[in-house]
Amino acid sequence: MQFLSTDISLILEKLSIIVVVVLALLGIALYTTFAERKVAGIMQDRYGPNRAGPFGLLQPLADGIKLFFKEELIPLASNRMLFILGPFIAMFTALITGAVVPWGSQLEIFDRTVSLTIAKPDIGILYVFAVVSIGVFGMMIGGWASNNKFSLLAAIRGASQVISYELAMGLSIIALLLVTGTMNLGEIVTQQMAGGLGGFLGWNVFAQPLGFLIFLVCVFAECNRTPFDLPEAESELNMGYHQEYSSLKLGFFLFSEYINMIVSSAVMATLFFGGYDIPFVDEASLSAAWGNNIVAILGILMLLTKIVFFLFLFMWVRWTIPRFRYDQLMDLGWRKMIPLALANMLITGVITLWLNR
Amino acid sequence: MQPLTNRVKVLEPKPLNLMERLYLPNILKGMLITFRHIFKKKATIQYPEQKRPFSSVFRGLHVLNRDEEGKERCTACGLCAVACPAEAITMEAAERKKGEEHLYREEKYAARYEINMLRCIFCGLCEEACPKDAIYLSETFAPANFTRKSFIYGKPDLLIPDPVQAPDDFARAKGQIEERKQKANKTLTA
Repeated sequence: MQFLSTDISLILEKLSIIVVVVLALLGIALYTTFAERKVAGIMQDRYGPNRAGPFGLLQPLADGIKLFFKEELIPLASNRMLFILGPFIAMFTALITGAVVPWGSQLEIFDRTVSLTIAKPDIGILYVFAVVSIGVFGMMIGGWASNNKFSLLAAIRGASQVISYELAMGLSIIALLLVTGTMNLGEIVTQQMAGGLGGFLGWNVFAQPLGFLIFLVCVFAECNRTPFDLPEAESELNMGYHQEYSSLKLGFFLFSEYINMIVSSAVMATLFFGGYDIPFVDEASLSAAWGNNIVAILGILMLLTKIVFFLFLFMWVRWTIPRFRYDQLMDLGWRKMIPLALANMLITGVITLWLNR
Repeated sequence: MQPLTNRVKVLEPKPLNLMERLYLPNILKGMLITFRHIFKKKATIQYPEQKRPFSSVFRGLHVLNRDEEGKERCTACGLCAVACPAEAITMEAAERKKGEEHLYREEKYAARYEINMLRCIFCGLCEEACPKDAIYLSETFAPANFTRKSFIYGKPDLLIPDPVQAPDDFARAKGQIEERKQKANKTLTA
């Protein structure tokens, strides 16, 4: 009986965290679309959307309603089932990546210690990689099922781009794993919190600057963001893989891109920037003074701040750099990023061996 | 090939040096430029609330003028309709009856005066043609409506406010006209 009751409360606990994380991801993504347009405007000496509501804050709602009421078109010659499946895979994989990210340490609610990570598998990073590579299928299936040459070309481009950059990304992660010695994202964060200056010097970005740079560039490519937004290259492919999509399915594709951005920002913050670690602050002594819950909430806010910074970086780069040509993209991926990542891995390995003599 | 002029400059593309091939420094430079633009003055004019100042010779929608006592100046001579290259102006003349002296300045007046704003090209030739100072092009522009019919402006839409009944409105409209006239004269003499 005892066993059964704890089990149910654990399920409830996990379910509530899942609901909160999914809703938060959707909410943040909603306002990321708004922020994207706002940042674009401000960087081009414009205002950006400012008509719907105060400061245009209702703009994402207006966009959503517009998309929702658009006519749902499915091309006659398309593969109907796959056509519908595409955006759902894209959305689904984007959302489930957030399952292993440690959003905070733990909260104490009603004598229960609630961990703020949905799942803590020992293969955390591998899980992220696995899910991200499934994410390409959404784009590929969608582009292929559209029965449109531009969509298909875009889907092929997208797939080859993501595969090429996943290699360099994986190699840069291996170098990071040599430093941390674990693939569990929660443990990686705890390790970083133990560093000097309240955890600041423990951040992996100081141990792996080159690895971070490679990872960052690869994340841009994985999220199909400018300068690597080849699958959506308007000038050559009309609209890319989602050309035949309309209404909410198009919304799913566009939205999954933003959720992917948020989750990749969270992963980057977790792996290289201490996750929910507050820099220059010793969490242990602070929680002794203020209580665990407040420190945990501050940690969540800190992680959100880091995520927002990375999101801004995504937008900043998007509105600065023009798109790569396809051969340049492949050249950068295969002939620059992968050798660099390999070299980084080798050097890290040698240094780690030497330190652990 | 023989160059056609002696101004031809042959440019040899230089190979990129290390800093340029690293690519990232230049990206950072570009990002700095876009970052600086965050703090720059916005070029946008928030249209319905803010408007660009008009040129002194701007030609907008028409206004039918009155004199100081509120009498309509138009005598329905038809010169504006003749001058109009788009044939947008129609009018019907009528004779002033006894007791209507306070409404119309002269014995003849326009009983109906219509301008089709969809035909009008806002050239201002009607204004030039008018011998009675009765028609002016104002600074009002971009009318919007749902039907084509509503773009045929009749006398109620065109007439300037009555200086006796609504002196403030009249003064405002008149002031703009006078100001514009002065400005136009200034630019003409200058």
